Amino acid sequence: MKIYVPCDSAAKALGADAVAAEIQAQAAARGIDITLVRNGTRGMIWLEPLVEVEGPNGRIAYGPMTPADVPHLFGDETECDTYLGLTDDLDWMRRQTRLTFARCGAIDPLSMDDYRAHGGFNGLERALGMGAEAIVDEVKQSGLRGRGGAGFPTGIKWDTVRLAHAPKKYIVCNADEGDSGTFADRMIMEGDPFSLIEGMIIAGLGVGADKGYVYLRSEYPDAIATMTRAVELARAAGVLGASVLGQGPAFDIEIRTGAGAYVCGEETSLLNSLEGRRGIVRAKPPLPALEGFLGRPTVVNNVISLATVPVIFEKGAAHYADFGLGRSRGTMPIQIAGNVARGGLFETAFGMPLGDLVNDIGGGTASGRPVKAVQVGGPLGAYMAPDKFDTPFGYEEFDAKDALIGHAGVVVFDEGADMLGLARFAMEFCAVESCGKCTPCRIGAVRGVETIDRIAAGDASAVPLLRDLCDTMKDGSLCALGGFTPFPVMSALNAFPEEFAAQTQEAAE
Amino acid sequence: MSARQATPSTDDITTIIAPLTDLEGPLLPMLHALQDQYGLIPDTAVPVLAETLNIGRAEVHGVISFYHDFRTNPVGRHVIKICRSEACQAVDGGALGKRVLDLLGLDWGGTTANGAVTVEPVYCLGMCACAPALMVDKTVHGRVDEAKIETILQEVGA
Repeated sequence: MKIYVPCDSAAKALGADAVAAEIQAQAAARGIDITLVRNGTRGMIWLEPLVEVEGPNGRIAYGPMTPADVPHLFGDETECDTYLGLTDDLDWMRRQTRLTFARCGAIDPLSMDDYRAHGGFNGLERALGMGAEAIVDEVKQSGLRGRGGAGFPTGIKWDTVRLAHAPKKYIVCNADEGDSGTFADRMIMEGDPFSLIEGMIIAGLGVGADKGYVYLRSEYPDAIATMTRAVELARAAGVLGASVLGQGPAFDIEIRTGAGAYVCGEETSLLNSLEGRRGIVRAKPPLPALEGFLGRPTVVNNVISLATVPVIFEKGAAHYADFGLGRSRGTMPIQIAGNVARGGLFETAFGMPLGDLVNDIGGGTASGRPVKAVQVGGPLGAYMAPDKFDTPFGYEEFDAKDALIGHAGVVVFDEGADMLGLARFAMEFCAVESCGKCTPCRIGAVRGVETIDRIAAGDASAVPLLRDLCDTMKDGSLCALGGFTPFPVMSALNAFPEEFAAQTQEAAE
Repeated sequence: MSARQATPSTDDITTIIAPLTDLEGPLLPMLHALQDQYGLIPDTAVPVLAETLNIGRAEVHGVISFYHDFRTNPVGRHVIKICRSEACQAVDGGALGKRVLDLLGLDWGGTTANGAVTVEPVYCLGMCACAPALMVDKTVHGRVDEAKIETILQEVGA
C-alpha cells in the first residue's frame, strides 16, 4: 500500500506531520505494510492535508485530513467525508494546464528516480546537444517572460549575457518571494526542486556561466532545507559538478539565505545582498546582464521562469508558445489566496478572465460575503473591484487597466475590507521596507502614511496631495518598491472614493 | 538558537566564520552562522568580521542594521513571527496579531518577562492560501485561530 502525505510547508502548517505519524502508527497496529511518500502539494491548499492512496486506477485523494480520519484510509474508502475520488479527476486538477508544476505533488521531491521517470532531465539532455545560441533561441521562441513580475523576455536577457565578454558569468535565481499572496516559488522548491536546478543548468549552458546562486528568503526554512538537499543529491549524481551529466561543461549551485528584507526581491538589491552588502538598489544602467554579481554578466531570473525552462526544452518552444494570449505566452501558476473558499495554486494558460479565477475556480470568499476587491501582484499590485473582473489574465491586458499581474498572486477581500486602511498599509509597508537610496520612496512613503491619516481625520484637501505624491513616487523612484506602491494606493482611492471621503463628511457634520 | 554566550572571544568568532571565507560574498552567510550559534550578532564579532573581510567596522554595522533578521539584542527562547501582509489581513490577521500581543501584554518586538517568547511582525510566510499564519521558531502554522494560539502559547511556555 502506497500512501502520499505532502511535506509542503502549507500542508505541514495545517497538520500534515501529525497525519503522517498517525498513518504509520495505524498501519503498524494493523500489520499492514505501507510505503509512505512525502510528496509536494498538488496546490489544492484548501484540502490540505491532502492524503493520496495509490489504487488500481490511480491515486485516490482524501482531504482535508485529520489524524482522526486516518482509520478510513484502511477501510472502505467511500464511507468517509474526506473521500474525494481520483486526484486526476478532481475539477481543480482537470481544468489546469500543468506544465511548470506537472511533477509538483506527483513525485517525492528528493527522489531523482521519480524525477527522471516523470520526464526530468529530458530537457537538459536535449540542451546538451544544442549550441549556446540555439539554446537562447529556443527560449526566445517560447515567448517566456520574467515570472517574477516585470515580464521581461527571458531569451533577450539570456542573449545579452551570452554575448557579453567576461572571464566569469553567473546565473542568479531570485527566490526572494516576498509578495503577499504568492507562494508558487516556495511550492515548486519544496515540491520539485530538481526542475529549478535543471533550469539553472540550461541557463548556464545557454550563456556560458558555470556558477549559479539561489537567493532564498529566510522566511522559507523548509524550502531552504529541500533545495540544499536537492543540490547535494544533484552533485552526488553528477548532474552538478565538473561536467554536467558527464557530458557537458562544469556547473554548480549554491543556496544562499536572505535576511528578511523585502527590497532584496528587486534584482540589483538582491545582487548587493548576495555580495554581502546592504540591500541597496543599484541604478540601471549598467544592466545586471552586463555588470551583475561581482561586476560580472549575470542572468537574474525568478524561480518560476527558471523552473519552466526544462519543460520548454522537453516539449519544444512551439508547444509552450502555443498556450496563452497576445504577448503573454505559455502558462502562469496563479495563486489564489486571502479570503477565498478554495485557495491554492492553479496553473493555466494566460487569458482566463480574473473573475473566473476568483469566483469559478476560487469559489468566491471564504466568509461567504460578496467580494469587494482583489489585489493582484503582491503589495505593489492594484486593487481591482468586480467591475474589472472581465480583464483577461495577461501582462498587457492588466497594464491597460492600470494594474499588474506581478508574480500572479490574487488576494481576495470580502466587503469588510477597509480600503483606506489597506492604502495606508501599502505606504507603511513601503516606508518600513524602503532601502533608502532614493528620496521619493524613502520620504514619500512616510509622507504617504501621514497624508492618508489626514484624509482619515477628515481633511479633504489631502486627497489631491496624495494623488500628487503618488505621481512623484511613480515617476521618480529608482525601483518598483517606491514606483509601484502608488498602484494599491491609487487603485483603492479611484475604485472606492467614498471610503476616502466618508470620514470627511462625518468630520464636517 | 543554542549557546548564548554573553561575549564570545575573537577565537570563538574566528572558528565560526573561518570555513566561510572562501565564499563569494561571504558576509551574510557569516552573520547567519553567528546568529545561529549565539541567537544574535555579538558586538565582539564586528571587528573580527571587518578585519577578516578587509572592510570597515561601519560597513559591517551597516549590513547588520539593514536586515530585519539580524539582531544585536537578545530575544526570548522562542520567537513567534506573525504575518501582517494583505493575504492574512483579508482573513482578520490583524486581529490575530493584536490578540497575541494583548494576551502577552507586549508590543511588536517585545519579550515576555519570563524570557520565553519574543513576538515579531513578518511580511509573508507564503501561507497566503491558508491564512492567517504565524511561525514559531522555524515551524509554520496556518489557519490560526483562538484555540491554536492558546496551544502555541502554552507550548512555548509564555
